[in-house]
Amino acid sequence: MAFSPNASQVDDGLKSELAKKGIVVTTLNQLYNWGRRSSIWPMQFGLACCAIEMIATACARYDIARFGAELFRPSPRQSDLMIVAGTVTKKMAPQVVRLYNQMAEPKYVITMGACSIAGGPFIDGYNVLRGIDRYIPIDVHLPGCPPRPEALLYGLMELQRKIDGQEIETTEWYQKGLKREYPIPDFGPHGLIPKFNPEVWNPRETENRKERYGEPILIGRKDKAPNLDLPPAPPRSAAPAPAAPPPEPAS
Amino acid sequence: MTEKTFSLHGAGDMDTQTLEINIGPQHPSTHGVFRMNVVLDGETIVSLKPVMGYLHRNHEQIAENMSYTGSMPYTDRLDYFNSMSNNFGYAMAVEKLANIEVPERAHYIRIIMAELTRLVNHVSVIGFLLNDLGAFFTPVLYAFREREKILDIFEEVAGARMMCNYLRFGGVKYDLSPEVLARIAGILKKFPKFLEEFETLLTKNEILCMRCQNVGVLPAELAVSASVTGPMLRASGVNYDIRKADNYSLYERFKFRVPLGQKGDVYDRYYVRILEMRESLKILEQAVKEIPAGDIMSKKMVPFLKSPRNFKPPVGEAYARVEAPKGELGYYVVSDGTAQPWRYHVRAPSFINLTILEDLCIGQKVADAIIILGSVDIVLGELDR
Repeated sequence: MAFSPNASQVDDGLKSELAKKGIVVTTLNQLYNWGRRSSIWPMQFGLACCAIEMIATACARYDIARFGAELFRPSPRQSDLMIVAGTVTKKMAPQVVRLYNQMAEPKYVITMGACSIAGGPFIDGYNVLRGIDRYIPIDVHLPGCPPRPEALLYGLMELQRKIDGQEIETTEWYQKGLKREYPIPDFGPHGLIPKFNPEVWNPRETENRKERYGEPILIGRKDKAPNLDLPPAPPRSAAPAPAAPPPEPAS
Repeated sequence: MTEKTFSLHGAGDMDTQTLEINIGPQHPSTHGVFRMNVVLDGETIVSLKPVMGYLHRNHEQIAENMSYTGSMPYTDRLDYFNSMSNNFGYAMAVEKLANIEVPERAHYIRIIMAELTRLVNHVSVIGFLLNDLGAFFTPVLYAFREREKILDIFEEVAGARMMCNYLRFGGVKYDLSPEVLARIAGILKKFPKFLEEFETLLTKNEILCMRCQNVGVLPAELAVSASVTGPMLRASGVNYDIRKADNYSLYERFKFRVPLGQKGDVYDRYYVRILEMRESLKILEQAVKEIPAGDIMSKKMVPFLKSPRNFKPPVGEAYARVEAPKGELGYYVVSDGTAQPWRYHVRAPSFINLTILEDLCIGQKVADAIIILGSVDIVLGELDR
């Protein structure tokens, strides 16, 4: 995504001259974006392991307060940013979409960790959603398992850069007819219905998984249960059993 | 199960209606994505039904479809506060299955790591418990300050802060350098001062005492019959610690005591954890002083570090358990002679400790249910698996 720098049109020399006399010249866009990006309130919403790193980011060593994002709000109505921190399961996905719908505009989403981007290590699980971007639009993807607190701060700075590039005239939430409420999927007996939201995500047209990754590695087949009643096999390096003593000659 | 009785205060002959409310899954004090269906009469809890499965990510099924070593990093993500203890239990189960001897130095390293995780877990849990009590975030700041120092050691040793993936069957992955041991010794010197600071602020704090004492009392009989383990069981006065009962690894060499509570209320559960941290410090001091030189991996298992798919334990089953910070963490592994386990099951302490939540909460106020849940110390990754 290309960010426009949203630079001021005022000459730099004139600006510094005026600044000496205590006058600041700026554009409305810059002032507006400065205010918005310096007070992003995240939602206090942890899903799994990454939530602990999110809490660590809020604590003293990493101190997300330096970026103005320390005020974790438990309510979606008061928050600007949703950090999807952790594995989104199929049972939890309707709640995540509902929370996104309940947030007030302007709203941003960071996916934190490999699980919420694409399923991560649990992608093979029958109950794990392969990426929350199938249902809601994402602003910043943040890889890692879990990402370090520094990575979350970097993701926040990227989001601030994105906010800096926005303009009042063209932003979505001031336009007429904005619809940013996405349909909430149903948790049915065979997973989520619908499987994805075509407004934000579409499956790849060509399946080139085999060309890219090769055949899946099958390391064993499970046909029948092991018989645990058998005595354990003797260890390979065991010494041969001593021969039976010769029978004593009858006297 | 005991019969639950509750009384309405001052209702007289008026008709009152019960109110059903839903706490979670997005709630600041349910410790993750856990949901409670609570029926309230006024502010008193009439019934409470826990709803789980919001973080069910198929750990067992995934582990049955990959090599034995392959599911070691997945065990980190069970109880994501203390990955080293989870690795410990799983490594012990597979070592029992395949009859692997562990060198003495590896045993010592494992014990050092397991006790450091116990410090991390207990200190964070107390922080979150106070968060639920209303001291918003300040105790967590104190707790995470100490946690970061211990995580630095994990990072230096294993390469990752939280998800360490450090233990292997037959030993550990990397050796401890003398500098790391010196740093651990440095932490051991400073940690008691932090505990004293924490206790000055909390233990005799009147608000904490009033909120926690005689709340959520867990009788010893109920705790035993519901197979509750860990600090919850010991807070009820039952002397049962797997480190003493099983003497697994080399725990019999260390001198430590098992702290017990008297009543089994929330305050006892808080205080048992503080005392357990002091005992963990004792174990760590002895371990750092006495750690022997030698191998860190058993010779039999060194070739499998490079080729884990060739590791095929003989047919059989094994159950191994460790005293994780939350309770008895057990792993049950059945091998059919191939490179994948035939069956793999985790006995998660959070899940089994949570079964008595309704018994603890009935008759209490709804604000007390939050702190009772906080004192049970659940982690959803382990609960739902």
